[in-house]
Amino acid sequence: MGKNKIEVPVMSDLFARGERPEYLFWVGCAGAFDDRYKKVVRAFVKILTHLNVSYAVLGKEETCTGDPARRAGNEMLYQMQAMQVISVLKGYEIKKIITICPHCFNIFKNEYPDLDGNFEVISYLQLLARFVEEGKLRIDKTSLKNISVTYHDPCYLGRANDIYDEPRFILNKLTGNFVEMHRNKSFALCCGAGGAQMFKEAEKGDKEIFIERTEDALKTGASVIATACPFCMTMLTDGLKYKNREEEIKNLDIAELVAQAMDL
Amino acid sequence: MTRQIIFALVFLITIGAFYYTISRLIVYFRLTRPAFKVKDFGKRFGIMMRVAFGQTKIFRRPFIGFFHALVFWGFCVIIFGSIEMVIDGITGTHKVLKFLGQFYDILIASGDIFAILVALSIIIFLSRRLFFHIKRFEGIEMKRRSHTDAGISLSLILLLMISLMTMNMGYIGYKELTGGSIDGIYPVSRILISLFPGIAAETFKLIYEASWWTHILTIFFFANYLPYSKHFHVFMSIPNVFLSRLEPLGKLTNMESITREVRLMIDPNTAFAAAPAETPVGRFGVKDAEDVTWKNYFDSLSCTECGRCTSVCPANITGKKLSPRKIMMDLRARMKEKGPLMVKNGRDFSDNRSLLRDFISEEELWACTTCNACAQECPVNINHPSLIVDMRRYLVLEEASAPGELKAVFNNIENNGAPWQYSAEDRLQWAKDLEINII
Repeated sequence: MGKNKIEVPVMSDLFARGERPEYLFWVGCAGAFDDRYKKVVRAFVKILTHLNVSYAVLGKEETCTGDPARRAGNEMLYQMQAMQVISVLKGYEIKKIITICPHCFNIFKNEYPDLDGNFEVISYLQLLARFVEEGKLRIDKTSLKNISVTYHDPCYLGRANDIYDEPRFILNKLTGNFVEMHRNKSFALCCGAGGAQMFKEAEKGDKEIFIERTEDALKTGASVIATACPFCMTMLTDGLKYKNREEEIKNLDIAELVAQAMDL
Repeated sequence: MTRQIIFALVFLITIGAFYYTISRLIVYFRLTRPAFKVKDFGKRFGIMMRVAFGQTKIFRRPFIGFFHALVFWGFCVIIFGSIEMVIDGITGTHKVLKFLGQFYDILIASGDIFAILVALSIIIFLSRRLFFHIKRFEGIEMKRRSHTDAGISLSLILLLMISLMTMNMGYIGYKELTGGSIDGIYPVSRILISLFPGIAAETFKLIYEASWWTHILTIFFFANYLPYSKHFHVFMSIPNVFLSRLEPLGKLTNMESITREVRLMIDPNTAFAAAPAETPVGRFGVKDAEDVTWKNYFDSLSCTECGRCTSVCPANITGKKLSPRKIMMDLRARMKEKGPLMVKNGRDFSDNRSLLRDFISEEELWACTTCNACAQECPVNINHPSLIVDMRRYLVLEEASAPGELKAVFNNIENNGAPWQYSAEDRLQWAKDLEINII
């Protein structure tokens, strides 16, 4: 089996050649800088390449959407970031954005319109689900050899934006052994990282939230914890380490599971 | 006639007292800030039918939710009987709504059935509070007063239901013995009455009269007790659901005052385009009761202290100080404390206390993950995270106060465009040496 090198298309190059890709793939800060999450982005780009999706990334021109600043109360910094991002996106005549981070998804979809940033925003899970449905992304129940998988709903896809079905649709295609945690969908417990908590120590309490949530996942007996958010991934992977279970139980993003199942 | 006059007097006093209490609460709305324009009535009506009348969010706890739904639906039916009693009381008529015919029979029969169902539900609620340890009824914000209040409200409802049942029993008992025709259908009271044979017609009449007065006077008292109680949700919940925020839970409200400033920084020319000082720039974010929106205050009045929000809060579950219920209770308490002072001395009046710090600590505010579990759970669609973030906004924008790590995040975003201290130059590192298998 041979390998092909992937050159990730960068918006400024394409634009200079007069090309207008259909989608902007917004990588996000975690995708750019978090070593573990970079692998998720790589897996997702393999899928995009495999499906011949017309896309480009901003690369060095990408910057923080302002989400952590906004949720930590710094509206001034958020709006400055947001206006900068919007003006870059408009400069490249971007109409459609694929996001992989739920926090970026939420802010593009729900909050940028208030600052005249109106784009069609699509979560990578919605895109993947659509390709599976259309038969372009061929995965089947034996893809994961019936390994048991559970799914942790990220707050900013789930409660914040009602995206519950797409991840389950994909996972149920990948394995015949999908199990729910007892707190799932709109009842799901936060991993503890939202609202800028990712970047600070938790307030004093008697337990860490990520441990509470990891215990939910462990109780299912699943050998894969599927996540769909960079922060949830950090938290649950930490949880598995804390519980000394990281050898036997894997925390993988849905994009990684799909790429793996397709042997990309 | 004397009876009518006495009734009318009592009724007037009830209305008067109620009006006085409510007008005092309503006047505080004038101190609040705008939230959103109330439109999309069709959508709002749909939400009201689902969440309020359909009790969909209450049913997220199916067992106890079922009993609450019984109480709610019971109230919806029984209220017609109460309206009839008021008309009868004032005009001297007897069962005035009977002209409704079959519909009347259905109303009265449902009321009669619901009376016992509501009574049983209330007994379950009371015993849960008295004999079981329900975690969500505890918490630092749950003072003895809250528990007493719950006990009083539940007992009053129980009294209402018992008096309704004895009233119905007295009515049919008397009518049957004296051969009068019975208006309405009473399936449950008929069964109950057969358990007490040998009661004289006069006794039945006495039971009926006593129950009638007990029932209506309890309603009058209850209506005036509610605005001072957590059970104010009996009045507030349906309007609060109707006035729900219609946006996705994940959306935070844009601060227009900041948008103006940022646009000014980016393009100073807009300074002339924008109408200057048309809206006085108040405080950024929420420090005290007068900084909240009318919707926040409405939320606080609608809170039943049920604690569903707190019981799903990840911070609270893991022992942090934050309790979303407390945020709502604190706002209500603070408005009650400062509202009258501001009404008297103006909106700028300071009593050297504030919602922030004297009621809600920074530690509570910084513990929120904005996961929206509280807002998702609230049976009356209260939105806690928006208020929490508004209070963070005050801290950051007015006091430049935030946990050190977050200040570092702000710096990083400002300087490198990322919450971490990495250079934008490295943003494409992940794309290096990327290969795909040829399938």
